[in-house]
This record gives sequence, structure tokens and C-alpha cells, in this order.
Amino acid sequence: MSTSPGNKPVSLPLTGRGDRSFLAVLWVIGGFYLLILGAMLVADLQFTSPGEFLRSLRSPEIRYAIKLSLISCTLTTILSLWVAVPIGYLMARTRFPGKVLIDAVLDIPIVLPPLVIGLSLLILFQTPPGRAIERIIPVTYAIPSIILAQFMVACAFAVRTLRATFEQISPRQEQVALTLGCRRGQAFWLVVLPEARRGLLTAATLAWARALGEFGPILVFSGATRMRTEVLPTTVFLELSVGNIEAAVAVSLLMVGAAVAALVIIRVLGSERIFEKLRLG
Amino acid sequence: MIELRQLEVRAGTFRLRDVDLDVPAGQHAVLLGRTGSGKTTLLEAICGLRPVVAGTVRLNGRDVTRLPPADRGVGLVPQDGALFQHLTVREHLAFALEIRRETREVVAARVEEVADWLGLTPLLDRRPRGLSGGEAQRVAIGRALSFRPGILCLDEPLSALDEETRGEIREVLRGLRAHQPVTILHITHNLGDARQLGDCLFRLRDGVIEPVAKDSLPQSAVAS
Repeated sequence: MSTSPGNKPVSLPLTGRGDRSFLAVLWVIGGFYLLILGAMLVADLQFTSPGEFLRSLRSPEIRYAIKLSLISCTLTTILSLWVAVPIGYLMARTRFPGKVLIDAVLDIPIVLPPLVIGLSLLILFQTPPGRAIERIIPVTYAIPSIILAQFMVACAFAVRTLRATFEQISPRQEQVALTLGCRRGQAFWLVVLPEARRGLLTAATLAWARALGEFGPILVFSGATRMRTEVLPTTVFLELSVGNIEAAVAVSLLMVGAAVAALVIIRVLGSERIFEKLRLG
Repeated sequence: MIELRQLEVRAGTFRLRDVDLDVPAGQHAVLLGRTGSGKTTLLEAICGLRPVVAGTVRLNGRDVTRLPPADRGVGLVPQDGALFQHLTVREHLAFALEIRRETREVVAARVEEVADWLGLTPLLDRRPRGLSGGEAQRVAIGRALSFRPGILCLDEPLSALDEETRGEIREVLRGLRAHQPVTILHITHNLGDARQLGDCLFRLRDGVIEPVAKDSLPQSAVAS
């Protein structure tokens, strides 16, 4: 998302002991949370060694899970953007009856327990239309179910991000484009979408990271079959269930690394200067 | 020439009714009025950005009431310029011409002409982020006039500028019609701008447009 000048921190003067105490209390409360987060990661790192980490990554099951996770998350991200761009734009720019209801429906995947999403998908594919689809392409307990389960959650986050992005873009720019000779579609492709590029990249990264960590819906809808419907969170679950904690920690660290990389990408993309440097801004 | 007849426009609960206005061809008309009087709503209706409930909009003798903004031949300069952050100054000036599928040579020649006239030549490869307020507004004016529209709508284009820059852009606006024939409708609440730029003055008050004589304007800077 873009960073406006209003988001930049402002230095307020410290005018006495009271002010310093106030900030110190904030630091202590916030620091406690950061301490636990850091301690968790350090504990994970201490639990395994580089040798154990590399040995785990050489296992064919874990390699399969890495490959399937990368492919499914990438497909999920593409699908999520494909759907989130029109929904985000419509929610940001149009008024229609029932908008409040649709707004609430779009948040369901964010607030619903993940297991319930998996169960709902499982039931959906037991209905006549679902069975008809299954006859053409097997979904349940197969690879497409992983992508669908990831998509249902990741897309909701992409929609939120893109809606906020489109809302931040002044409609004036689109209006000017219309007076310059654009039809609505042209104004969208030539002005709105390029203006939304930061939000698009943020939404893509967020969707990818969400998809990578998705487990509940996949466990219910796709099962946890080794070398078949096994993505990285499934591997952690399977290795834990057989007591192979070292492998579970190694895969967890891999996911932590991917998540941190995604967060760094989001932060970097949020930086105006990087876009200027890349000549994208 | 801008002719509004019995125009009715709505913006939420706000409504303008039975609005009549005549701006002769080639004139710089200034429409005064308080904030919230409906000036921008009216401008949007002329540009085709707000649907007209009743009445007609005729521009240079052509009824455009039901035409989309793209087909009206109206250039728009909003208060904040509304520049496209991802385009360079050159791309801004070329935008409307490329939409019209003009040849590369025609686009390049027109961009050069407009940039030269508005003093934008050294800035052609810059993006809006690197422009001052006055430069950004000159780009917005150049972009609006690049496709040679018959009508130019200015929505308080000077209000966000400091005094010095304001004077500079006033000069640009004053000299516009020496470069290309255009009828201007300029909305503002600044009486100084109205006095210096307007050939004919109007005031929008309580939904009615009335002509205003220049010498009847009070000496204060802001319209009542």
C-alpha cells in the first residue's frame, strides 16, 4: 500500500518525566510481545542444527511439499488477484443495493474458523453441482482442492487490500481520463490499475503468504496424504504426529523464512523511494 | 460556446434546478459562488461526469446532454491537477492524443508545441512527484488542452497555490486563447482571479445563475 505523508511519524517534544514515563510504559508493553516473538524464533533455531535442517530438506516428502506449496501458492495468488481486482474496484467505486451485506460476506473467510471453510468446501462438493464438477476434474482430496482452499482465504485478504488501494486513488484522475477521451475500461487499464501497482504487489504478496500458511481448510478438504496433497503446513503436522520434531521444526523454519521474506517485500514495496529507484514510481 | 437550458442535476441530496447559462464562444467566463453552492456539480454536468436529470447542455452548438465525457470535447483542470502519478510530463501531454490513435509524429509535434508554450520542455521526462505546485498545474492545463478541445473547464485551479505561483498560473491562463481558440468556464470563489481573468462573470447562488458586472465586485478577495 502507498505511504502518504500523513503516515510518517511525527516527532513530538518530550516535556518532562511524565512524558518519558508514558513512553517507557508503551515500550515495556510492546517490548514484552516482541520479546516472546523473538524468543519463539530463537527457540526454534536452537532446536535444530544447520546439518539437521539440510538433511530434512533433502527428504523427498519435504521436497515434494516445497514444490507443491510453491506451485499452489503461486496459482492461488494469480487467481486471487484476478478476482480481487474487480471486486475491490466495484466496492471502492460503485454504489449498489445490498453493498453492506456483500461487504460483510467478503469478510467471512477472514473471520470464519479455517476448519469451517474446509468443511463447507467439502460439503459443497457433495452437492449435485459439486459432484458434476468432480466428474470432470477431481477436486476433493486432490491437488485442485489445495488451490481452492488456499484461494478462499487468500482472496479475501487480497480483496481487502485492493479495495483500500482503489479507495485511496482519487476518482478525479479517472474523471480527467474520461474527459481526455477514455471509456471507463480504458480509464481503468490506463490510469487506475497503474496507479494501484503498489497495492497490487502488496495484495499479491499477502495472498501468497496467506496461502503458504493455510492448513485447516486443506486438512479437511484435501486430506494429508504424503506425496499427494502434502504442502508445507501438512508436513509440519505429519512430522509432528509421528514424533519427528526435528523435521517439523526444520520445515517450520523454512516457512518462517518465506513469511519474513514476504513481509520484507511488502514493506519494501510500500516504500516510495524503492519505486523511484526502480523507475516504477 | 456553452449553453445550459433548464438544467437539473443532482448530487446526493443536493439538487440544482432550472439552471440557465450562456457563455459566448471564445470568452473566459468566471462562475463565482460559495463553497457548497453547486459550482463543481455544474461543471461535472457540463463535462459529462454527472448525469443530467432534465434540461440540455449545448457546447459549440452541439447538444451533448447524453454524450459520454470522451465525446464532448471538454478539457478539465481540477483543483489539485489530478495528475497521473505513473506517467511522465511527456506522457501526460500525449495521453489524449494516443487515446485518439494519432500518429507518433502528430503526438510528438503536439507535445513539443504544448510543452514549449507552457514552459514544460525541461520537465518532459519528470514524473508528478518531482514537480512544484505551479509546474503540476501547468501540466494539468497542457494535458487538458493537448487534444484541442473547444471548451476548457477550470475547477478552482489556483486555489491550492501560493501567491507567487498563483500569479504565474494566472498569466498562463490569460495567455491561453492566444495559442488556441477555446471557451473557458472557470469556477472560483476568488474575486481577484475573477476580476483579472474573466471576460464575463456569473454567480451561482441558491441554485440560480445570475450575471455579475465586473465593477460591482467588492474589493475583498473571496466571493460571498
